[in-house]
Amino acid sequence: MNINLTLIGQSITFLFFVWFCYSFVWRYIRGAMEERQKQIADGLETADRASRDLELAQEKAAQYLRDAKQESAAIVEGANKRAAQIIEEAKQTAREEAERIKAGAQAEVEQEVNRAREALRSQVAALALAGAEKVLAASIDENAHRALVDDLAAQL
Amino acid sequence: MAEQTTVGYIQHHLANLTFGRLDKDYVRKDHDGNVIAVLEEPTWTFAKNAEEVSEMGFMAIHVDSMAWSIGMGLIFCLGFAYIARTFNKGVPTGWQNFIEMLVEFIDGTVKDTFHYRNAMIAPLALTIFVWVLLMNALDLVPVDWIPVLATKLAGDPNFFFKIVPTTDLNVPLGMGLTVFGMILFFTVQRKGFMGLVKDLCLHPFHAKKWYINVLLIPINFVLELVSLIAKPVSLGLRLFGNMYAGEVIFILIATMFGAGLILGIFAGVLQWAWAVFHILIITLQAFVFMVLTIVYLAQAHQVEEEDHNTH
Repeated sequence: MNINLTLIGQSITFLFFVWFCYSFVWRYIRGAMEERQKQIADGLETADRASRDLELAQEKAAQYLRDAKQESAAIVEGANKRAAQIIEEAKQTAREEAERIKAGAQAEVEQEVNRAREALRSQVAALALAGAEKVLAASIDENAHRALVDDLAAQL
Repeated sequence: MAEQTTVGYIQHHLANLTFGRLDKDYVRKDHDGNVIAVLEEPTWTFAKNAEEVSEMGFMAIHVDSMAWSIGMGLIFCLGFAYIARTFNKGVPTGWQNFIEMLVEFIDGTVKDTFHYRNAMIAPLALTIFVWVLLMNALDLVPVDWIPVLATKLAGDPNFFFKIVPTTDLNVPLGMGLTVFGMILFFTVQRKGFMGLVKDLCLHPFHAKKWYINVLLIPINFVLELVSLIAKPVSLGLRLFGNMYAGEVIFILIATMFGAGLILGIFAGVLQWAWAVFHILIITLQAFVFMVLTIVYLAQAHQVEEEDHNTH
């Protein structure tokens, strides 16, 4: 083995390649890799944020849904109440109407009865008169007893 | 090649293609010892045999090691730069996945070990890991393929050509020394020159009284200097030793190919098994080189106050 100029040649070559690697290889590769690392980190963060946003939105949607349900339930309840009320009112009205009609009918019946009684009364007078006339045909003087019978009829 | 001895075969496979300077009046001989030429003046040329290589001494360069090392470095740099240029910031595909995984792995290792601000360390670690891994991986190419191809192309059976740069001591040691230079540079940059001196003189033994400290300085200095110098040497030699040993074993296995059918098949199985095991070694050695570099540089960045606080 001989030590010779190769030693120095190799040293120079070595330094040259180190310089070359430093200037044209390492910084580009490392730079690009670091850039990518940053990109990936950013992407992951964005995804994270997006998923957080999604969660928030879902929560909000659920809240809206809950509110809407509550509101609709309230509306339905109100409507039911109102319906019951209307029914109740209608019933009341109907009852009053019936009551009124009944009262009217009763009044009419009473009136009719009165009228019939009046008619009957006048006819009873006539009938009694006729009967009495027949019974008393002979003995009674129509003129003499007329006032008496009329008085009787008036008392009926 | 057929008449080559085993020793010659091994020697041939462990020799580099050397381009260097031969001095004036050097007598060049061919393989059989006949004189070809006497040099009239110092000449830069390819060494034809081991003798010429040793004659060249330091003023020589291993062309094959350098070429393959630069080639692997270029594959790494251009490949990675291409990926970096066409980098998809969205969904990564194909090679980009692999590169990203690698970059992520290196970045993690650096962050675990190195807690200071220095943008150079991670690219340095990536370069070391991938480059050394690629250079080591050349060890998995069957040992004869490329050297034989090279001798055929060169038309010279004694043409030396070794393809694994990390089995050439110069290459790992050169990298180790570069790391050593970085250790010194960053130490001085961070703590100043006096910081470096203090690091060398006031550790590991430290006393409250100054006159005891003065006595301790020489001991500390010797200890710290040894440990400082051991860093690049161990860094380089560890990688070299592992790869060289692996290469030698590949070559030894390869010598069995010529020794009959049964041994040949056996050698094939052995080579396959060793290559599989070697995949672990080449990766591990690249990783160890990288981690130790980071650790050494982290030590260079360590300021004393922090040292006291953390321990």
